[in-house]
Amino acid sequence: MSARLPVPDRTRALERRGHPLVRGVSLAALAVLWELVTRTGWVPPLFLPSPLDVLASGLEMLRSGELVTHVVTSLRRIVLGFGLGALLGVTVGLAVGFWSLAEAVGNPLIAATFPIPKIALLPLLILWLGIGEASKVAVILLGVFFPMAINTYTGVRTADPLLIRAAVSFGAGRLSLIRKVLLPSALPMIFAGLRLGAGTALLLLVAAEMIAANSGIGALVLNAQNLMETTKLMVGIVLLSLLGVCSHWLLARLERLAIPWR
Amino acid sequence: MRVVVDRVSKTYTDRLGHGVAALDDVSLAVGSEEFLALLGPSGCGKSTLLNIVAGLTAPSAGGVYLEGGLAPGRAATAMVFQEFALFPWRTVQANIEFGLEEAGLGAAARAARAREHVQLTGLAGFEGKYPHQLSGGMRQRVGIARALAVDPAVLLMDEPFSALDAQTRQLMQEELLAIWERTRKTIVYVTHNIQEAVFMADRVVVLSRRPGRVLATIPIALGRPRTEAMLGAPAFAAAADRIWSLIRSQAQAALREGMA
Repeated sequence: MSARLPVPDRTRALERRGHPLVRGVSLAALAVLWELVTRTGWVPPLFLPSPLDVLASGLEMLRSGELVTHVVTSLRRIVLGFGLGALLGVTVGLAVGFWSLAEAVGNPLIAATFPIPKIALLPLLILWLGIGEASKVAVILLGVFFPMAINTYTGVRTADPLLIRAAVSFGAGRLSLIRKVLLPSALPMIFAGLRLGAGTALLLLVAAEMIAANSGIGALVLNAQNLMETTKLMVGIVLLSLLGVCSHWLLARLERLAIPWR
Repeated sequence: MRVVVDRVSKTYTDRLGHGVAALDDVSLAVGSEEFLALLGPSGCGKSTLLNIVAGLTAPSAGGVYLEGGLAPGRAATAMVFQEFALFPWRTVQANIEFGLEEAGLGAAARAARAREHVQLTGLAGFEGKYPHQLSGGMRQRVGIARALAVDPAVLLMDEPFSALDAQTRQLMQEELLAIWERTRKTIVYVTHNIQEAVFMADRVVVLSRRPGRVLATIPIALGRPRTEAMLGAPAFAAAADRIWSLIRSQAQAALREGMA
């Protein structure tokens, strides 16, 4: 009589589930908790206004048009700075990745200027471009340019040499090679750069608006703090969080459209 | 079109700066409409030789010449790669059209030519798929269609079926032979598989291990079209035995070298 040993499933501990219910409840629970803490007077509204008050204040600001002005101003700055920075970064990254001469010129320059915290350049940019929109757009542009250039460069350099050889074997010239092989090869890295850049852009937007602006979400937050209007301040923060979530979602959609082969 | 390889040598410089001889004074000629197999143990430089013929690697000495005029609009050579080398961001159709784009064909002409080669290689119904959605056998059909679409005078194939499983490989070999019967391209076919070389080729050029030299050129006395039944023919066994006796010691030496 031989003993029978059941074979255990050793992968049980590795199993990962979706937990759809927890996902739905988690955010709502935070809101309810927040409402409770403020409603009971545990935390004074000057420090933390209740979410319903923040919502009401937001609606009021929407009605008066104040909100729209701030949001539109901020959006214009970030879209312009982000767009130009990304365009410039991808172009420079492709050039530096492909032409050895451009690499020899560009790499030391990028290595030397990349570590500068870009917000430190704002005073200089204001000096050069004035206190208006240009200096704010420029600081965002710089913040987005570096991750984009570096990621595009890395994407180009790590392109599969076999595909490059295949393209060349079919007579592809330089421009063909860049457009049809290197650029698509770099797209995943480019999108990683866009996500990094979006975070940097939001950070620089708020910082620049806090330092030198009358309107925009950053200015709204700072002014509200000066006037002890914590509710308005919270409206600004919720807006920024929404802006972050939206840009992330938009980039994810764009990535699926641009990289359908993955 | 004839391919003449004239006293080609290739020396690489490795990471330590030492010269490594990959090919040593290789001369051979491939006749028009000939199916020539280049066979040798791993690391004998046979792929290097093919790359030199394709213009993807420069020889250190000697030269490669293509003889016989080339009709306008035809490519001299086109390559089929061992690892397929399909563009993952292009559909089957767009992959097949790649060489035609570079040749400057208009969209309508490209589509027509691609359709023709989709039919020829048995890819009908897969035109809109991306490479990652296809099996290995289907991917290499795309690789073959992409190369044939530019109507090359010489088709270069670098171990095209070695990444496939044995059953798929056998079927693809027969399909390639059927395509060859119809198109009569000059083919240079690199392989390390003796059975494959004997089954497919008119002549088998056997290379020595590194540095690659021509050990012998074996004509294959099997009729055309080749059929599976010929795998048991005495002429098949005789050629395969002769080649194996030539490269057995070479392969053993290469194996020992790999262990050292």
